[in-house]
Amino acid sequence: MNGVHDMGGMHGMGPVAPEPNEPVFHARWEARALAITLAMGAWRKWNIDASRHARERIPAADYLRMSYYEKWIAGLEMLMIERGLLTRAELASGRPEPGAPHAIPPLTAGDVAAMLAKGGPATRDVPVSPRFKPGMTVRARNINPIGHTRLPRYARGKLGVIERDHGVHVFPDSNAHFRGEKPQHLYAVRFSARELWGAEASPRDAVYIDLWDDHLEPA
Amino acid sequence: MDAHHHDHSHDHAGQDLPSDPALRVKALESLLVEKGLVDPAALDELIDTYERKVGPRNGARVVARAWVDPTYKKRLLADATAAIAELGYTGRQGEHIVAVENTPETHNLVVCTLCSCYPWTVLGLPPVWYKSAPYRSRAVIDPRGVLREFGLDLPEEVEIRVWDSTAEVRYLVLPERPTGTEHLDEAALADLVTRDAMIGVAKVKAPQAGGRR
Repeated sequence: MNGVHDMGGMHGMGPVAPEPNEPVFHARWEARALAITLAMGAWRKWNIDASRHARERIPAADYLRMSYYEKWIAGLEMLMIERGLLTRAELASGRPEPGAPHAIPPLTAGDVAAMLAKGGPATRDVPVSPRFKPGMTVRARNINPIGHTRLPRYARGKLGVIERDHGVHVFPDSNAHFRGEKPQHLYAVRFSARELWGAEASPRDAVYIDLWDDHLEPA
Repeated sequence: MDAHHHDHSHDHAGQDLPSDPALRVKALESLLVEKGLVDPAALDELIDTYERKVGPRNGARVVARAWVDPTYKKRLLADATAAIAELGYTGRQGEHIVAVENTPETHNLVVCTLCSCYPWTVLGLPPVWYKSAPYRSRAVIDPRGVLREFGLDLPEEVEIRVWDSTAEVRYLVLPERPTGTEHLDEAALADLVTRDAMIGVAKVKAPQAGGRR
């Protein structure tokens, strides 16, 4: 979707403001928000792409106003309701609905280290042929889906060169909508700064974007 | 399920909830615990992991190892996921890692313009500025301007490569080893390596003569 989350190349966002000696969390609720989000992922009712898309669906003005972990909580609330783990009434009242079953959490303290160490690899061991090879010139497709996509607006329609083939990865644009993983080759694609931003840009600099076969066409 | 069928203007889940995030998260946690959806002890363990166990010291050890061991550096640049796993760092938000090497001719910079992708296993959780709109919007269109704000003014002849982390591949910058560090061992070198240098917004500095390091 052409949302405000797709920020590459926008102006007017102000200077970068690093904070010296920044703590990992600025308040305890931020730590709880991170932990709740990771723990709820263990229900496997959604995937990382659906999580990202939930945050993208926060209304644009709210997205820009909210702090990072506020967005995480807003996205998590959407997913829990959409995927049937909570009802809207429960969220509003803060109480389980009368007669709601009591669940057993899938993630216990003892499981945390193993769960994090395992992670969630996005590669898939399936025989899918690459459509492109390193060194080939490709064009990022001009697509404007209303759903999730990892092809940023600033690269659409632009020419790039395949730098490396990362192998076969889950395709987020379908996985975010529970339409299947559609595994396909993922590439690092080099776009020159001048191709992306015009003649005023540096003649040397480049941006590398990870894009999937479905994002690319032969040039 | 088709997410497009939702009317987003009416299903923003939080519209009736406390605007104070601390109260809202507290209420949410109570509800989820009461429903048996989360175990509070697991939440404590998750927080402890990212506050005390996983952080940029992991990445600094990788960089220092690459500086002192040319065969390790070769493995790191060929297959960073495997080379980093040799030091025991694996898993969430580090499942697929590519290391990119800074040289006198090339400077690498990492961003995630679409969200906040970051190599957690080697750098921990990202700082606020990395997740912020200014960095995400500008790193790709004005990398030299962003680097100057971090105090790094690179000459025109240095090529800047910006890596926009749009997939599950995470990028780790292998900074240049500073001159004047030939006498330092691996542990002392790791102490010099900063988070910012591994994102690519800084260089690693040699220890100041007479300084703490």
